[in-house]
Amino acid sequence: MLQAIGIRSVDELFAPIPAEYRLKNDLSIPRQMAESEIVDWFKQRAKENGEGYTSFLGAGAYFHYRPVVIDALVQRGEFLTAYTPYQAEFAQGTLQAIFEFQTMISELTGMDLANASMYDGSTGAAEAVMMAVRVTGRQTAVIARNLHPEYREVLNTYATHQEIPQKLVSFTASGTVDLKELERAVDADTACVLIQSPNFFGTIEDVEAIAEIAHKRGALLIVSIAEAASLGIVEPPRQADIVAMEAQSFGVPLGFGGPYCGVLATKEKFVRQMPGRLAGQTTDKNGKRGFVLTLATREQHIRREKATSNICTNQALVALMVSIFMTVYGKVGLRELAKQNLAKTVYAADQFSKHAKVLFAGAPRFNEFVVQTSEDPYAINSRLLGHKIVGGLPLKKFYPELGNAALWCCTELTTRSMIDTAVGLVAESERSVRTMKDVEPEEVAR
Amino acid sequence: MTTKHMTRKATRHISQNEGLIFEKSSPGKAAWKLPPLDVPEVDTAKLLGKQERKDLGNMPEVSEIEIIRHFTRLSTWNYAIDLGMYPLGSCTMKYNPRVNEFVARVEGLANGHPYQAEKISQGALRIMKTLSDCLLEITGMDAITLQPAAGAQGELTGLLMVRAYHEAQGNARKKVLIPDSAHGTNPATAATVGYAVENLKSNERGMVDVAALAAQMNEDVAALMVTNPNTLGVFEQEIHKIADLLHEKGGLLYMDGANMNALVAKARPGDFGVDVMHLNLHKTFSTPHGGGGPGSGPVAVKKMLAPFLPTPVVITKADGTLGFEYNRPQSVGRVRAFYGNFGMFIRALAYIFANGPEGLRETTEDAVLNANYVRKGLEGTFDLPYDTPSMHEVVFSDKLQSKKGVKTMDLAKRLIDYGFHPYTTAFPLIVPGALMIEPTESEPLEELDLFIEAMKSIAEEVEEDPQYVLDAPHNTRISRLDETAAARKPVLRWKPETSVL
Repeated sequence: MLQAIGIRSVDELFAPIPAEYRLKNDLSIPRQMAESEIVDWFKQRAKENGEGYTSFLGAGAYFHYRPVVIDALVQRGEFLTAYTPYQAEFAQGTLQAIFEFQTMISELTGMDLANASMYDGSTGAAEAVMMAVRVTGRQTAVIARNLHPEYREVLNTYATHQEIPQKLVSFTASGTVDLKELERAVDADTACVLIQSPNFFGTIEDVEAIAEIAHKRGALLIVSIAEAASLGIVEPPRQADIVAMEAQSFGVPLGFGGPYCGVLATKEKFVRQMPGRLAGQTTDKNGKRGFVLTLATREQHIRREKATSNICTNQALVALMVSIFMTVYGKVGLRELAKQNLAKTVYAADQFSKHAKVLFAGAPRFNEFVVQTSEDPYAINSRLLGHKIVGGLPLKKFYPELGNAALWCCTELTTRSMIDTAVGLVAESERSVRTMKDVEPEEVAR
Repeated sequence: MTTKHMTRKATRHISQNEGLIFEKSSPGKAAWKLPPLDVPEVDTAKLLGKQERKDLGNMPEVSEIEIIRHFTRLSTWNYAIDLGMYPLGSCTMKYNPRVNEFVARVEGLANGHPYQAEKISQGALRIMKTLSDCLLEITGMDAITLQPAAGAQGELTGLLMVRAYHEAQGNARKKVLIPDSAHGTNPATAATVGYAVENLKSNERGMVDVAALAAQMNEDVAALMVTNPNTLGVFEQEIHKIADLLHEKGGLLYMDGANMNALVAKARPGDFGVDVMHLNLHKTFSTPHGGGGPGSGPVAVKKMLAPFLPTPVVITKADGTLGFEYNRPQSVGRVRAFYGNFGMFIRALAYIFANGPEGLRETTEDAVLNANYVRKGLEGTFDLPYDTPSMHEVVFSDKLQSKKGVKTMDLAKRLIDYGFHPYTTAFPLIVPGALMIEPTESEPLEELDLFIEAMKSIAEEVEEDPQYVLDAPHNTRISRLDETAAARKPVLRWKPETSVL
C-alpha cells in the first residue's frame, strides 16, 4: 500500500501535523488486553455494582422484564451497525421500523403523530418547551414542581439562554398539581404548562382540568410521561398538545441511567415545529410503498443556525428495543402488564401504611408511592442494603419539606415476598425509633 | 449493462416481502406471558375511576415467530458495516466489536439503577473514572464530562461552558466564528446558546484563512468552532496560530472531535491550543451507530473551564472510593437526567482495552493509510478540488461527471448497486457536489480495491451511458423514492383507513 501511494513509511502521512505536536511516546493508558481479560474486568466491575440486589427504585428508571427476543433482534448487525437511514433505498429496514415506532407511540399517547425519538425523557421535555415557545410566540413556561427534579434541572440548562422565564407551581396534599395556583400562574404570556403524569410521586394528574386552564389562556399543555408502562391502564393525556415521553420501561435496560429513549408526540398541526427525525411513507417510481426521512427542512443539516433544534443523532437502536417490546406485549399484554404493576403497588402501599405513613393517598397512583418514616430513609436504606435490598429513593435532596420521605416503586418483577421482607425491615426500624422516642422524655425527667 | 460493469462484491438475492406489523395483527394472537399474580387482584375501575384506560387502539397483536420474522426481514433490507465498507466521511463507520456488546450486557452493569447507593455503584463509577482518565490522556485535556448524550449535545455543553466562562469574566460576548466547511450542528448549537454565528472563509488550501481570522477576531468573539482535521480531511497546520489569535483577544478555541480518528495516539488537541472539545464515542471509539443512535458525546476541557462542567462529576473521595459530586456552584447545570449514555461508556472502554497504546496508534495509522490509498486509487478519475494532503478522509467532487449531467447523489445511488454504502454527499458546503470518503482502519486491502474498482467502473458508465447511472439504484428492492411527495403531504404513521396494500 505504501508503494501504491508512493511513500516509504506511514509517518510521511502524518507530516501535515507540525512536528512539535506529534506524539513521541506511547499514551499512558492500560495495556492492550485479550478478550478474556476484558470480559473478566467488566464482570468484576459488575460484582461491585449491586449485582443480585432486590431494588425498589423507580423515579424515572424502571426495572421491567425484557423479553429475550429484543436482544436477539437488536443484535442483528444490519440494525446494530447501520448508520442513520439517509440513503433510503439501502435502509428500508430501519425506516419501516421507525415508522412503526411512530405509529405505536401515537396510538399509546393519544396524539396524532410522534417523532423517531429524542435522547431521553429529560431532554425531550426541554425540547417540548422550546417547541411550545415557537408555536405560541410566547416566552414563559409554567412548570409543575412534581415534574422529575432532574428533568427540571435539564430544562433550566436549556432555557437559560433561550430567555424562557419559568414559574413553578406546587402540589397539594394529594401530591398533584395545585390547580388554584396553576390558574393564577397561567397568563397571556404563558407559552406552555409542563406537567408529569403519573407525576414524580407516582400519582395521576387530572390532565383534563389542567388542559382546560392552559387552553383557556391560549397556552399549550405538555405532559411528560416518565413511566411508559402506565399507558397500558391509565388514560393517555389526549387533551395535551405535546407529550414528551421516556420509553425506557419498554424493553430498555436500566443500564445505570442510559442510553434511554425519549420521544415527542404531538398534534398534526404542530408537526413543522417539532424537533428530531421523522420517517414518512411515500412511493418509488414504480408505485411501491417505501419510507424516507422527511420534513428535513426543520433540521440542522439543512437549516444550520435556523433549525428547530441542534439535535442530530437520536436513539434509533433503543427505539427499536421499544418497538419490539410494544409488539411483544401489544394491545392486550400492555394492559395486563400495567394491571400487575398496579396490583403489586396497591399491595405494597397497603403493607407499608400499617407501619409508616404513605403520603398522597388522595389521588389514584400507578406504580410508585411516597413513604414517610420516623427515621431518616438514608439510615433505613443502609440497613436494608445489609439484606441485599435497595430501598426507596430518599426525597430530602429534592423536596426537603417532605421530611423523612422516600419514593418506592414496584413493577411486575417485584414479588410479594420481596415486599414483605422490605416492609418487615422498615417496620422493625420504625418500632425501634418509636420506642426510643417514648423512652426519651422519661430519661430526661430522671 | 455489459458484464464489464458487473460488480464483484454484490449480486442479486431473494428479498422477502413484509408488510407493516399492524397489517399482520389479529385479535387473540400473543407473544407474551405474565407469571401468576402473587398479590390480590385489584379493581382497576374503582382505583382509577375516569383515569382508567379501556382501549389501546391499534396496538398490534402478533405471535412470537411473526415478530422474529418481521424484524429479521426488515433487517435484511438494511446495509451495515457487518456487510461491508461504509465510507461515510466524517461519520467514522468502523467495525463495532462484539465483545463490547457482550460486556455491556453483563447483569450487574445492565441492571444497575442510576439512583442505587454509591456504595453499590463502585463498578459503574470505576468504569466512568477509567474511561475519563483514558479520554483525558488521549485528548491532552484536564477535565471531562461524560454526560452529553451525543455529539450535538456535547457541542451544546461545550458552548454553554464557553458562555459561563465568559460570563464569569464579566462579558458573555456576542458571537461564535464557524468555518464555512463546518458540520451543520455547529451553527445550530451556537444559536441554541444565544450566540450569533459568523462565517469564516476557508483559504485556497481548504484550511482556516488565518489572515481572515485575524481581521474578524475581536472581543465580541466568544469562540471559534473548528474541526481538526477539518471536513476536507485536512489537518489545520496553522492550528497553533489560530489558537494564539483567539487567545490574544480572550476567545476560546472549540474543537469538534468528529474527526478524532485521524489523531488518536498521534497528536493531542490539548497540546495544540484547544480549550474545549467534544468526542463522539459512536465514531472514534467503536460504539455502534444503531441506525442513528444512541451516541455519546463527552466534553473535555482545559483547567480554567473545569468549574463549569455539568453536575454531577465523578470524584475520588478521601477513603479512596468513588462518588458523584453535586455541589458545583459555577456548573452550567445538567444536560440530561442521570449520568449520560452509560452503556456507551462500557463499549468505548472495552475498545480502548482491546487496543492499548500500540493498538490505538496502529488504528489511526491504518485509518490514514486507507484514506490515502483510496485517494491515490481514484485520483484522475474524479476531480480533487483541494490537493492538500489527506488525513483520514478524502473529498472529491463530481465536476468531471456533472458535465454529463450526473451528480454526486447519482453516483452514490449507483454505488449501492455495487454493494457499497454511499460516501457522504451533503457536505462540506465549500465543495459543490462533494464525494466525502472515509474508509476507516477497519477495511482490508481487498475491500478497498473492490471499492476503487466500483468507483472507476461507475465513472466509465457515466461516459458510456449516463442515463443508466441517473436511474440507479437498479438492484435494490425499491427504486428512488419520491421525497417531495413525502414532505408535501406527510404520512408519518399508519392508520387503518389510509393503509396502501
